[in-house]
Amino acid sequence: MTQTQETEYQAVSPSDFFYRNREIAGFSNPSRAIYVGVREILENSLDACESAQIPPEIYVRITELSSSGGENGTAVYLLRIQDNGTGVPAEEIPACFAQVFYGSKYTLKQNRGTFGMGGKMTILYGQITTHKPVIVTSSTGDEIHEYEMMMDIQKNQPQVLRHTTLANEKGWCGTIVELQIEGDYPRIMSRMIEYIRQTAMVNPYADITFIDPKNRLYRFERGTTQMPPVPLRVKPHPHGIDVETLRRMLLITKSRDMKNFMMDQFQGVGPKTAEKFLAFAEIKRETKPPNLSSDEIVKLVRAAKDFQEFYRPDPSCLSPIGPDLLETGIRKELGLTEDDFIKTVQRPPATYSGYPFIVEAAVVAGPTVRKIGQGITLYRFANRIPLLFDESSCVTYKVISKDINWRTYNVQQETPLVVAIHLCSTKIPYKSVGKEFLADQVEVEKEITNAIREAARDLRIFISRSVKMEKQKHRLNIFSKYLPVIAEFAMRLGEKTDMPNIKKLLNEILVVNLQEEEEENGNGEENGNRVLPPPEEETPEVELEEEKIDGKEDK
Amino acid sequence: MAKRISEAERQREAVDKALKQLGSLVYDQIDQGEFPWVMMQSRSIDNIQYDPHARQYILGDRMVKRHSRNIKHIRPFTQLVWTAWFARELVKQRKTSTLREAYYSARGQRDIEYTDQQESDNIITDLEVALNKAREDFNIYPEERSAIFGDITIEYTVPGYEGRRTNLTDHPDGIMVGPAVTSSEFIETTANKILVVEKGAMFTRLVEEQAHKKFNAILIHTAGQSPRSTRSIIHRLNKDWGIPVYIFTDGDPWGVHIAQVICSGSANAAHLRGLTTPDAKWIGVWASDIITYKLPTENLTDFDKKRLTELQADPRYNEDPWRKEIELFIKIQKKAELEAFSRYGLTYIVDKYLPEKLGAPPAT
Ligand SMILES: Nc1ncnc2c1ncn2[C@@H]1O[C@H](COP(=O)(O)OP(=O)(O)OP(=O)(O)O)[C@@H](O)[C@H]1O
Ligand SMILES: [Mg+2]
Repeated sequence: MTQTQETEYQAVSPSDFFYRNREIAGFSNPSRAIYVGVREILENSLDACESAQIPPEIYVRITELSSSGGENGTAVYLLRIQDNGTGVPAEEIPACFAQVFYGSKYTLKQNRGTFGMGGKMTILYGQITTHKPVIVTSSTGDEIHEYEMMMDIQKNQPQVLRHTTLANEKGWCGTIVELQIEGDYPRIMSRMIEYIRQTAMVNPYADITFIDPKNRLYRFERGTTQMPPVPLRVKPHPHGIDVETLRRMLLITKSRDMKNFMMDQFQGVGPKTAEKFLAFAEIKRETKPPNLSSDEIVKLVRAAKDFQEFYRPDPSCLSPIGPDLLETGIRKELGLTEDDFIKTVQRPPATYSGYPFIVEAAVVAGPTVRKIGQGITLYRFANRIPLLFDESSCVTYKVISKDINWRTYNVQQETPLVVAIHLCSTKIPYKSVGKEFLADQVEVEKEITNAIREAARDLRIFISRSVKMEKQKHRLNIFSKYLPVIAEFAMRLGEKTDMPNIKKLLNEILVVNLQEEEEENGNGEENGNRVLPPPEEETPEVELEEEKIDGKEDK
Repeated sequence: MAKRISEAERQREAVDKALKQLGSLVYDQIDQGEFPWVMMQSRSIDNIQYDPHARQYILGDRMVKRHSRNIKHIRPFTQLVWTAWFARELVKQRKTSTLREAYYSARGQRDIEYTDQQESDNIITDLEVALNKAREDFNIYPEERSAIFGDITIEYTVPGYEGRRTNLTDHPDGIMVGPAVTSSEFIETTANKILVVEKGAMFTRLVEEQAHKKFNAILIHTAGQSPRSTRSIIHRLNKDWGIPVYIFTDGDPWGVHIAQVICSGSANAAHLRGLTTPDAKWIGVWASDIITYKLPTENLTDFDKKRLTELQADPRYNEDPWRKEIELFIKIQKKAELEAFSRYGLTYIVDKYLPEKLGAPPAT
């Protein structure tokens, strides 16, 4: 009965692999595809500007080409993203844009990109849904190079259809990526705009222009030209090393023995520490690196995790935004005014599993926030990328909903509040390849909690003060509404000729002591002891709060 | 007759003056930089007492200050001033308004918002207490449903009808007790008793059976709990002409209380005089009638029973027949409607029951 099936063996190229598994990179459906597409290209642009300390000027345009393109209401869109970054050297363009796992960000410093595939996934997805080539125009300052390319998916190789060189009279530097992609824009519209807005918030030195398929212009002007310092490139920390990486390093190193290898290849390891550590790992310090056995490699990696005497990972590879820039970004994108409360903080560097990280946080409250809505609005950022999806799975959400006791800060369930969290690290603990939410790493969770607590410290006073002011405003509203009516009808009833002056009374309301108001309220809440008689010919009397006055005073 | 009109005119002028004074008072307070306030008797439950002497509910001595200084009082205060103005306009223009119309007039007014009519009615009651006047004095009346029939001649005082007379037998359906009847002068009557029934159907039956002739009576139906104007008419007929009043209601706790309110008033009108008729007699349907006449009955509901217990706790029910009959209701756990007499034929109530209860044979 059983039929022997012939098993076919074949090698799958990286691009072929991602073609088959595009969901894991975030291209799970037509609306998500166009969102992730824009995001990846935009992030490459920001990286390219920042690495050269150029305040980014980015132009994003989505044009609808044909709406009949797809089956389920999808359409073909033309995506065009232009930046003023470093540009890509001509010879690198094909590989950078049409060969998966090719890139310049594999080193240990904080970048948005890490895998060497983000931009290509967009290009790949565009190609398989529209069969159209990508056009990359770039210049590092010399000539302008224009490439029209397709990806050879099976071979993971670029196929250059056209390469044109243009004169660059104005010395333009930057990159333009233009590609066609099938997607469902209307469904993702609000998220797209929110994504760009939050990008502008966390990159306040960036100037972003967005033109949507309906030709609507969205401008996000920069709030400053000041940029955070460029992160430094650092050697890896022994804590974070894995067997495979270590094996490769051992093969290519020029260090003559293990002691020197430890000192040359890792951060913060001097001769003393190197000797101590190798003794701890039970590996002879004079062993030549390539001669280390597989067992010894595994032993070394384990020991590196257990050894407690390394220096803490060097945070100079990190690039936090800083409290001032974060405040600038939030202020401009939320449109905060003098009356609002904002506190931004930056925590000292910390580490998890050998990776350094820094948490920054902001807490915002006040009349402007009230317009956003009730309760806490959470903004999440990782390495200056806004995270928009799967909020409730994110560790930041856990912190604000479970770890923080908001009552301590006078925050009620419905108090409008904005909490922003920025995590920067050489390795963001994403829970999935979709890069949308953070795993609950204990150290990270603790730092996020500390950051929010620190930022919220002065919130209590602000909230109780603004509650009082609200009450005062409410009072004034009520009195300025009714007093003129009383005055008018008293005048007409008493047959007087002109309106009595209510200014004095309104002024009195303004300076009224709030303490007094509270007492008044307490006093007003009397009575309610209604027993006899039950309803009769008239509807039962509804007692108004009355001030009780004892005595037989009659009028 | 001229006397009555000038009396009404004097009353009208007094009300007008009181309202105007209220306006001046509030105006002056504002002008002197003071938050206006008005002092009045408290209408909260613990300030309403039964006065055995006056045989009605009255307000106690506790005073309250309605103060516009308080954020919770300023809205009712505004409504009070507006209502006073509205009332004065009515009085000046010799127009009347129902409670409902007063409520809707307020809703047309900027910033005098009422949540519902009850709130408006309540403010009108405040005005009554503050000025020690009845709302009828402000030309504000409830929606009328009660009616009167019988040989009594009245003379209207309402605009356009001043001096005009009518006999209340002129209309076979009876005449609705509205502002015109309420404010009219009573000229003469041949009747020597007043029969008050709680239901329109029984009223129609009595008219049809010529009960007013047979018993030489003025017939009044209250349509449930009697409106103040009806109570005021009963009060006047009884007080001014000494005509005795007999009340027939359904034989249940609700009917009992309708009778009691005619006699001794309601707590909601504790601030008013001239609405009660303490000597009026409740003569049926009693619990004992149910037994005597073997009336078709229904069982008391839980609601009825609860109500009976409440009545027992009320000082006004301490005397007989109230006390005795309430006890009997509780004992037999039954109730009967006025219509129950129809089991003996439609005319039985006029031919048999009423003569027996009134203690006099029908004057055929
Ligand atoms: N706008 C640009 N300006 C300059 N260089 C760029 C630009 N876009 C892409 N590159 C180069 O192309 C490389 C590949 O980009 P790609 O997005 O595919 O991967 P990545 O950004 O390195 O990593 P990730 O997969 O996390 O995005 C980048 O490392 C960068 O060197
Ligand atoms: Mg990238």
